[in-house]
Amino acid sequence: MATTLDVPQATRSTSRPRTGWDANPVTRWLRANLFSSITSTIITLLLLGLLVKMIVSFVQWGIVDAVWTVPGNDTSACRAARGIGACWAVIPEKYRFILFGTYPYDQQWRPALATLLFIALFYVSCLRSFWRRELILIWVAMLSLIGLLMWGGVPGLEFVSQERWGGLPVTLVLATFGLAFGFPLGILVALGRRSKLPAIRSLCVLYVELIRGVPLISLLFMASVMFPLFMPDGVNLDKLLRAQIAVVLYAGAYLAEVVRGGLQAVPRGQHEAADALGLSYWQKNRLIILPQAIRHVIPPLVNTFIAFFKDTSLVLIIGIFDLLTTAKTAIVDPAWQAYSVEVYIFVAVIYFAFCFAMSRYSRHLEMQGKRGT
Amino acid sequence: MRVSLQDEHFRGLLWQIAVVGIAVGLVAWLWSNAVHNLSVRRISTGFAFLGREAGMPIVDTWLAYTPKDTYLRAFIVGVVNTLRVAVIGIVLATVIGTLVGISRLSSNWLLSRLAAVYVEVLRDIPPLLQLLFWYVLMQGLPPARGAWKPIDGVFLSNRGLVVPSIALDGGQLWVIGAAVLGLILFYLLRRRLIAQQIRDGHARRIWPYGVLLVIILPALLSWLLGVSWAVTLPELRGFNFAGGWTFAPEYFALLIALVTYTSAFIAEIVRSGIEAVPRGQWDAALALGLRRSFVLRQVVLPQALRVIIPPMTSQYLNLTKNSSLAVAIGYQDIVSIANTTLNQTGQAIEAIALIMAVFLTISLGISLFMNWYNARIALVER
Repeated sequence: MATTLDVPQATRSTSRPRTGWDANPVTRWLRANLFSSITSTIITLLLLGLLVKMIVSFVQWGIVDAVWTVPGNDTSACRAARGIGACWAVIPEKYRFILFGTYPYDQQWRPALATLLFIALFYVSCLRSFWRRELILIWVAMLSLIGLLMWGGVPGLEFVSQERWGGLPVTLVLATFGLAFGFPLGILVALGRRSKLPAIRSLCVLYVELIRGVPLISLLFMASVMFPLFMPDGVNLDKLLRAQIAVVLYAGAYLAEVVRGGLQAVPRGQHEAADALGLSYWQKNRLIILPQAIRHVIPPLVNTFIAFFKDTSLVLIIGIFDLLTTAKTAIVDPAWQAYSVEVYIFVAVIYFAFCFAMSRYSRHLEMQGKRGT
Repeated sequence: MRVSLQDEHFRGLLWQIAVVGIAVGLVAWLWSNAVHNLSVRRISTGFAFLGREAGMPIVDTWLAYTPKDTYLRAFIVGVVNTLRVAVIGIVLATVIGTLVGISRLSSNWLLSRLAAVYVEVLRDIPPLLQLLFWYVLMQGLPPARGAWKPIDGVFLSNRGLVVPSIALDGGQLWVIGAAVLGLILFYLLRRRLIAQQIRDGHARRIWPYGVLLVIILPALLSWLLGVSWAVTLPELRGFNFAGGWTFAPEYFALLIALVTYTSAFIAEIVRSGIEAVPRGQWDAALALGLRRSFVLRQVVLPQALRVIIPPMTSQYLNLTKNSSLAVAIGYQDIVSIANTTLNQTGQAIEAIALIMAVFLTISLGISLFMNWYNARIALVER
């Protein structure tokens, strides 16, 4: 990728004979990219100084002076290193709780396997050769399998109620089910917003603008506080399910806007041709319009999914045990209270790994799109 | 219109009646449940509770407030708290984001790589996690007695950031008002002078008017009114600071988290905006012998802005909505205060309706302003 700011350097280096600094490719690169002018040299030196200082102090804190293990719950070694080195011993002590919450300890292979299944599901969905109708079947099958694993209740798997679920699987459940239900909802709403029927159009506009206008937190509060008020006597939905409904409604509104962008990019002729073939409204959209529209917006869809994956962490505020909540709860333990920075770094790495993988994938798709494949 | 299922208009009408009927039915069902449940729980609906005494303490506020004040006043304090973190956050995120975005395009390899790392790391970590992280770091700072003192009069401790203050009552506000008025006048004058310059081709000195309107006249007013600009340095008294302006650790952590998270997105928007300007614009401007910084400011950025403004608007809206994360660390913004109200009074519907009303108003305000700005900078074609 050519940067726009390197114009003068490019013209200068070609006109001169290659001697001295310019003869050696390494020094030539250094000169062109780090020391091309006085300002550039000053910036390089300043940044280099800052960087070295930061790396050295981080290595000192995080590796050299860090405490990696302690016997049992005895944190005296960590207390001695307080302020000088990190206490990574908190991670081996707490990682089972952070990752799987209060799920029965001897059964934790089940959420672990469910997590792997989720990752496999994402991976398969990213492969172009799987972008077919059968992908929907794969999703239904995988999500049922995950539900079976997590709940159990069949011979060989004891029943585990949702209240005991926690950690990474809950984050993945919220995000994945939010996408699985929010996406079809978003498509319907996007179609509704472009419909010729005024009543349907205004209902869809109202829904999208209301949801997008308020923070997710207020929707979650609604789900946790107001939802019971709106239900008839005796109907009491589980807290996780209520949060999941809020998350689906939220995802639906944002995904609807992305899909609408794709619908706008489909040329008019496609509509007219489909009409001329005598296809019904639903046939036209299912067979002609939507496949093209969604293909246009796959990169922004992935970006919306990344944003949405991060946003599931807000369920912390209504007390649902997702990955961030388990991390925050793990350090309530008085012995480990002082080492929250270490725990937050651990969780940040997990979130980062998921989001970074997805954003790389989105970048890859954009590059492919630019090349016109 | 024919009354037949074969007729497109009639079918459309049926569809609409069906969908609207379902929607209205659903809302009516939910509403009747709510009315029933509320009467069972003896909660009266309506906004009458706003006039009652709130009894909730609000620690960090710019408006005068005591727990004896009404819920309405508490809500207003909450709105001001939301706005003060959102507005300052938007300004800082824009400045930092633009700098990082331009740095990503720098010919200096180290600078552009570091900017890329900044963007990639901060963008991919949930804002709530960043907020908790910064808040924990704030709490880990030394207590007031051992406060970290980067320069004289500035203290950073687990009580937050304390900076020197000047009294702002009466005279000072008049002088500041005069300077703002001067700035507006200068801006209008500058537009007229530039328009004249375009008409007759004579270059005019503009900056002396600016100095006169923004600095000399307000200074004169200050001297005439005898306004004192004495700076109060904060000092340690017992376990806390006296004097000076305090930015509470909650506010500070929230501001840092919002700015770091949003600036990463703004950097990407600025970068792609600049990259969208054709290279020929650079080449042509440089061929005219203009300096590179001048080209960036006067030729490239104005064109890039047209690409940048619409996505920037949604980032501003996101920052404002994300400011509601405050509730997680106990900074009392509108969401946090509405939540406390809800727990105290049980007025769930009203409290959430107020949150929605406030955010919809703010969102609408930002959208209107940005649309106006967008229309102003839009390409004017013949």
